[in-house]
Formats: sequence, structure tokens, C-alpha cells
Amino acid sequence: MENRANIVEVRNICKSYQRGEHTITVLNDISFDIARGEFLAIMGPSGSGKSTLLNLIAGIDRADSGSIMVNNEDITGLSETDLAGWRADNVGFIFQFYNLIPVLTAMENVDLPLHLTGLSKKGRQEHVEAALGMVNLIDRMDHYPSQLSGGEQQRVAIARAIVTDPAILVADEPTGDLDRRSAQDILGLMERMNTELGKTIVMVTHDPHAAQSAHLTRHLEKGEFSV
Amino acid sequence: MILWKMIFKNAFRHKLRTALTILAVAIAVLAFGLLRTVISTWYASVEASSATRLITRNAVSLIFPLPLSYYNKIRQVDHVETVSYGSWFGGIYITEENFFANFAVDAETYLDLHPEFVIPGDQREGFLRDRRGFIAGAQLAERFGWEIGDIVTLQGTIYPGNWEFQLQAVYRGRDESVDESQFFFHWEYLNETLEETSPTMADQVGFYLVGVTDPDLAAQVAEEIDAMFENSPAVTITETEESFLLGFISMTEAIIQVIRLVSFVVIAIILAVVANTMAMTTRERTGEYAVLKTLGYSGTQITLLIMGEALVISLCGALLGIVLTYPAASGFRQALKAFFPTFSVEPATILLDLGIGMLVGIVASLVPARQAVRIRIAEGLRRIG
Repeated sequence: MENRANIVEVRNICKSYQRGEHTITVLNDISFDIARGEFLAIMGPSGSGKSTLLNLIAGIDRADSGSIMVNNEDITGLSETDLAGWRADNVGFIFQFYNLIPVLTAMENVDLPLHLTGLSKKGRQEHVEAALGMVNLIDRMDHYPSQLSGGEQQRVAIARAIVTDPAILVADEPTGDLDRRSAQDILGLMERMNTELGKTIVMVTHDPHAAQSAHLTRHLEKGEFSV
Repeated sequence: MILWKMIFKNAFRHKLRTALTILAVAIAVLAFGLLRTVISTWYASVEASSATRLITRNAVSLIFPLPLSYYNKIRQVDHVETVSYGSWFGGIYITEENFFANFAVDAETYLDLHPEFVIPGDQREGFLRDRRGFIAGAQLAERFGWEIGDIVTLQGTIYPGNWEFQLQAVYRGRDESVDESQFFFHWEYLNETLEETSPTMADQVGFYLVGVTDPDLAAQVAEEIDAMFENSPAVTITETEESFLLGFISMTEAIIQVIRLVSFVVIAIILAVVANTMAMTTRERTGEYAVLKTLGYSGTQITLLIMGEALVISLCGALLGIVLTYPAASGFRQALKAFFPTFSVEPATILLDLGIGMLVGIVASLVPARQAVRIRIAEGLRRIG
């Protein structure tokens, strides 16, 4: 029965990779829910499958079996093209290495996802300025990524993630490449996104300090949640 | 719009690599353009030929003469308007390196049949009056610095001795396809001299040039002329000027085929150069393409991004190659004016250069684009960091 309070419903997910003749099971019959407006941290050692799980929820990888409902849509049955459109509409991404396009300015990087919407140029500009304002980078909007610090680049990445007003934000080790102070800024910003904008956030981290920012932490080990 | 910006920015991201690739494409396009111009120059005389002119020659071979007595008989054939004749003289000016085509012709009729030779009226009259006079193409006169009134001596090869001529006229071509490197003098001068020195060679011509009233009747007239001399000691073969020139060119067809083949090899080289650049570029940007796909950009948009970048590079190279083709062709013409008197780059060659630039850009990006589109996002993202 559909639970409208949950934005993510993962059921019996299995995922394995083929490495030569060996099959490596990464996720083994995982089931869990994420409530709407939740800030969830998924922790685990390297190779535990936490990034794979995040990729499945975000629709950038496919499970071998099981189903994933995100925002009331079963994404496991979508074609690649439909999945690309679904990601553009529903998911904001924050990566460990920021993944900004180096030939575009901060403003253009944030504008990038909006080109897939039907917004006018003026409408896009308003959204971009609002998003950059939220991460306090209006004055750096014409700078290229190489002209920004790591923390500033990650803030641009957060602005890019929220500019389309997605239902869910996924963050893969968002503080993994930052110094402690910048990491704290980013975590503070993510908490604001969660509390002020009501964004559901799923964050993968191996840093217990980062995980403290989340409301709920789940530990993944050998492809299964530990109690 | 943002894709356009990314295309241009990406194309010049690695300035040295892009500059070297553009240079390589430019050199290849330049080589291709020059080779195509050599081929088109080879056929330029055919393009300049007239549909109303027929050439009658000895059926055995062009090197065998025809009797002068055929002249009046050919004139009597229906639909024949003008008949001229001439002989290849094969004279050498100072040394063999100064080669140019020189003919002894029946001056007035020959000029009447070649309205594409533009000659000032007084010079034409001067040439027709002076039996030792000659007419030279503007390019030839310029090559040797000849002025009207200059005496020029040719050393005979077929017709031994030193032959003195006085420049009476300089012709220019009506258009670029007209060969301006030829030398014509009076056949009467040749014949009178032969009557004294080698009587057996006198009263013979190398070819007849026949002007017909209607190009549609050319085949019929040719048949009638050849039928007339079917049982004569010197059997004739008559064909249109175009067929005659094509027959001449066919003797060098193998060379043209080799040049054509080399021109296509050049295209293959450009393709390999651009494909290599695009393969390197795409591999380096796998992570960025994965990010774009993550944000919802489709495979088609990624393909356009890569293809656009390849097109920018290959078209920049093609444009640079085209710009360089003109001075290179001019230098080529100066250096080899004896062999390529009408060496000029045709608009079709430029269009072909541009077409090749586009084709190379598209083809060179196909495999890298396919790889970028097919790679899994998760795998692409792992290439970052």
C-alpha cells in the first residue's frame, strides 16, 4: 500500500557486478523507506555498497532486481531516455569532487539543468540568481570553477542541485574533498536546504562528523543494513 | 545556447593540441585542394573546347600528316562554315626547360575559329600582315618579357634550323579556362621554307580545324568528312574538339587516377588526425559527459556536443586550408606555368574542401560520441577525481 509520507520506497533491491569470472554482490535484498523531508546519512566502509545504493535511488544505475519508488514513481521500469527526464525533474546531485563544468562560469553551471526545462531566459536567470543567493555566491557568479576554492565550488554544485527545485537531493561524500571549515559550511548549507526548503536529502559519507548533521543514519555493511 | 558555448570553449580548451590539429587539417585540405586543381586544370582545355569545332587528323596517328589538298574538299561539305589547319611545330626557345606549345596555323581562319582569343584589332591586323609574325598568349609573353616587335628565335626539332619570328600580337583569354601560354605563327612561312629546304615535307598539315554551322550537326559532318577520305592514302578521323582533347588526356589517365587516389588518401589522413584528437578529448571528458547525463542531458545532446567540437576543429582547419590554397595555387602557377598555364582554384574545389571539412568532423566524432553515450553514468563519474 502506497505510503504518501515516504518519498523513497526501496523493496528487495539486489545489485551485483561481474568482475571477470566472479560475481560480486554489492547490495543484497535491501528494503527501506525514506520519509519526505528526511535528512538521511548512509555510512559504511569502502565497498559496502553505499554509493551504489545512492546511484540506484538517484536513477543513475539500475538494480538487478527489486523495485524503487521515488516520489510515487517506480523508476526501475523507466527507459534510459525517460530516466534522464525523470532525473532532470526530480533529483539534485551533489558530488564529492563538485563536478562542475570547467569551461562554464558559476552562473552557467547553475543554469545548466534549467536548459532542459521550458523556462524563458529571464525565468532561468531569476532561478539561477535565487539559487546562488541561497549559497551566498552572487558576487562570484561570473567566476570559473578554477577561480573558486573547493568550498565555493561545492556551494555552486549545491546551487546547481537545488535550482530546478527537485524532490530529493542526493549527495555522495559532499565533504570528502574539503577542509574541516569548508566541510562545516557545506553541511550547514545542506541542513538549511533541509529545514528551510524542506528538501529530502540522502547523503553517503564515511565521516561520522558529517553524518551528525543528518536526522537519521543508516549503516551499510557487505550489502546489507546493519542494525 | 549553452551547448554552443560548450562546443566552442571545449574546442579550444587544449590550445596547443587544437592548434596542431587545425594545422594538420589545413595542410591536408591545402594538399587536397591543390591536387584537385591539378586534375581540373588537366581538363581545363576540354572545358574550353567549342562544340562547333571539329578536328580532322590522320586516322593512323596524330604524328602522321594530311595533305593540304584536303582543305578545299572539306570546305565543300555541307554545314561546314570555316576550315583552318595547322601543324605542331615543336620548337625550342633557348633551352628545353622553356617549353611551350607552338603551332604553325592558317592565321586568319584559325583566329576566326577561336573567338575566345581576345586580341586588340591593330595587333591582329599586324599579325595577319607579317608572314614572319607570331602571336603569343599574354602569360607566355609575360613569362619571357616579350614586347610587341621583339624578335624571337625558335630552334626547330621536327623542322630543323633556327626560325625567326617577330611578335605582332598578344592574345588574352575570354575567360580563365583559356590557355594563354601558346605560340602561333603563319603556316605559310613554315611551308615556304620547307618548299626550299625539305620539299617532301611541304604542303602537309598536322590537322584540320573545321567550324560547323550547328553543333547538332557535328556528328553528321564528321561522318561525311571521314567518308570522303575513306579510300584515300591518308584516311582521316574527325571528332569534336572535346573528344579529341579527351582522347589526348586519356593518354595520361593513369597519372590523373594516381593524383585522384592520393587526394582521397589525404582525406583519410585528415580523418585519422581529427578522430585521434576527438578520441583523446572524449576520453578526458568522460566524467563531464557523465555529469551532463546525470543532470538529464540525453545521448543525442552529448553526441551533438562532441560532433560540434569536431566540426569546429575540422572546419577551422578547412577554412585555413582554403585561405592558404589561393597563394599556394598562385605560387604553383608561377613555378609551373609551362605545364599548368591556367592553374586556378575552382569554386567547386572550395565547396569540396568545405564538404570534406564537415564530413571529416562528423565521421571523426561518431565513434568517440558513441563511446561517451554508451558508458554507464556511474562508471563515467568514477573517472573524476
